[in-house]
Amino acid sequence: MSVFDDLVGQEAVVEQLTAAVGAAAQAVAGGQGAGMTHAWLFTGPPGSGRSVAARAFAAALQCPDRGCGHCSSCHQALSGTHPDVAVVVPEGLHLSIADAREVIGRSARAPTRGRWQVTLIEDADRMEERTSNTLLKAVEEPPPHSVLLLCAPSVDDLLPTIRSRCRLVPLRSPAASAVAQVLIDRHGVDPAMASFAARAAQGHIGRARRLATDEEARRERRDVLALPRSLGNVGQALVAAKDLVDAAKEEADKLAGTRDLAEKEALSTALGGGATGKGYTGSAPKGGAGALKELEKRQKSRGTRTQRDALDRALIDLAAFYRDVLALQLGTGAVPVHADLSDQATTIARGSAPESTLHRIDAVLDCRTAIEGNVAPQLAVEAMALALRTG
Amino acid sequence: MPPPDVLTPLTVVVGEEELLVARAVSAVVRAARARNPDTEVSELDGGALQAGDLVEVFSPSLFGDERVVVLRAAQDLSKETAAEVLAYAADPVPEICLVALHAGGAKSKALLTALVGAGARRVEAAKVTKASERRDLLRMELRGDGRQVSEDAVTALLDAIGNDLRELCSAAGQLLSDTEGPITPEVVGRYHRGRAESSGFAIADKAVDGDLAGALELVRWGQSTGLAPVLVTSALANTLRSVALVASAGRQPVNALAGQLGMPPWKVEKTQRQARGWRPEGLSVALQAVAAADGDVKGGATDAAYAVERALLAVVQARGAAR
Repeated sequence: MSVFDDLVGQEAVVEQLTAAVGAAAQAVAGGQGAGMTHAWLFTGPPGSGRSVAARAFAAALQCPDRGCGHCSSCHQALSGTHPDVAVVVPEGLHLSIADAREVIGRSARAPTRGRWQVTLIEDADRMEERTSNTLLKAVEEPPPHSVLLLCAPSVDDLLPTIRSRCRLVPLRSPAASAVAQVLIDRHGVDPAMASFAARAAQGHIGRARRLATDEEARRERRDVLALPRSLGNVGQALVAAKDLVDAAKEEADKLAGTRDLAEKEALSTALGGGATGKGYTGSAPKGGAGALKELEKRQKSRGTRTQRDALDRALIDLAAFYRDVLALQLGTGAVPVHADLSDQATTIARGSAPESTLHRIDAVLDCRTAIEGNVAPQLAVEAMALALRTG
Repeated sequence: MPPPDVLTPLTVVVGEEELLVARAVSAVVRAARARNPDTEVSELDGGALQAGDLVEVFSPSLFGDERVVVLRAAQDLSKETAAEVLAYAADPVPEICLVALHAGGAKSKALLTALVGAGARRVEAAKVTKASERRDLLRMELRGDGRQVSEDAVTALLDAIGNDLRELCSAAGQLLSDTEGPITPEVVGRYHRGRAESSGFAIADKAVDGDLAGALELVRWGQSTGLAPVLVTSALANTLRSVALVASAGRQPVNALAGQLGMPPWKVEKTQRQARGWRPEGLSVALQAVAAADGDVKGGATDAAYAVERALLAVVQARGAAR
């Protein structure tokens, strides 16, 4: 057993990281440790297991037995309680400069257990340029024992100054068969369902698991993929667009509804709200309102991000649907992503030319870019729906 | 002009519209000075008053001097000082005119009711927010001298000056003193020209109606007065979306459509009129152009103003091309 067992279909990466862990162990023992370095950049498409790989690497670095997976150090590192492993997960739209400064301060400390001071930043692509520049100092002149692990979809998501100082760990989309095998082995999913979910999720392991185990997720996917059929006239296209945006919003609200309220209550309790007894006036203490407002701002940013993420997932499913259509039109014989919708894909493939399918794929991808560029989501999706209608 | 009963011992001015508040205060001060030019005016800040400060202010003067006391931000008075004010209000000194300024709203509402209960004269100075209220105020202002004012003249002045009440009233005063006879759009035009403000929706309406020149003119006016380009693209998107929904809903009674689309009936009627000039393909092209422009004004293009103008051009062309 090893901490790297959780990585699906990433043999080359496991080999690279295992070698580095060996070198790191040498360095800890006082050797030269050639092959270990202070900054690592994990790249790969969403769901390929960037953060899983980074966490496993962090655990292996801390483990006296090079990542055995069962010692207390490994358990702590993987569950996020190891004192020398800090995980930064930007929940909002951006990673702030304040967060980056905290990372720098932390990485300068000596490791409490004498091995490495590891800082893992998930979604490092959410750093704005000025945040990256703040972090640059720590990457450029690292304190000894400090290891920085960055995760991003691709190398282009980071400033050249940052990425040129990192060693690259490129993960690839795991093959559908590998994902299906994981679903069968670890989650006891029925083989037919596993193979459907693995293909529909396009290599995104987390999404495949949700599709295989959650009826709600399957229903949402079906609703999204009904869009190409509901583009009869301009009005219908606009309504379909609105439905898509509303579904994303609803999902974000549902998530926010439970989490935001709990957080707000926890904070106001911490500030002494609702307390009884001697000395309490019953009103919130001074300065408490500011802290609450700050929390609300963070929650709003997180809500926007959840909504965008949900919308983005829907758009990826749509793009894949038109990819299936194109594959049919050109007769490539490629395995369809959405095998359950091949009837629809065939109908659309017969009724249009490959050129217009390409235009449609472009429209979907343009919509993703537009939403990322802050265009009002409803407007962006409407423009896409109208472009899909005309082809 | 001030009526003689301005000089009541107690006055409360309720509201936050600065101009109206200032007018109410100066009306009292003017009337008091007209009666006795030596009247002393003192101002107090409700938030800064300590208990006991008021005793000194409200004690009758040895020589019977007349005084006007302006109590600003009466809603910020502490519990103790508010009680002192009320105690005084129950038995006011005849030489003192107390003018309490209250922001309105829920804060210290009890003080306000108690003062009015004690016989204070209440002057309304609520914030003027609606266009129609602004219009009424301006009309009153112009008619104050018994002059004739045409409705078009009021519109012309509103267009030229914008929404700032102070500026509107001073322009009205200027017009009244500089001209004679009825006030017509021509009279206004002699002194004021152009347009101070233009809204995104006004621009969108022009563009959707196919009036490119009108839309561009409004956009330029808007740019010179700081109208954010984002407001123009979002208004365009909104208007085009309504047109598309109404157009594709087909022929239905207005009220049924209003319920179905979630729009007020007047908007359905207006949109139906606008929809007559459009074909579905044109709408499709226009909305896509607006979506592209929305990305442009949010940092996608170097010149947001140009992006907006190009979107307007695209919308008007899309309307024409598909006819």
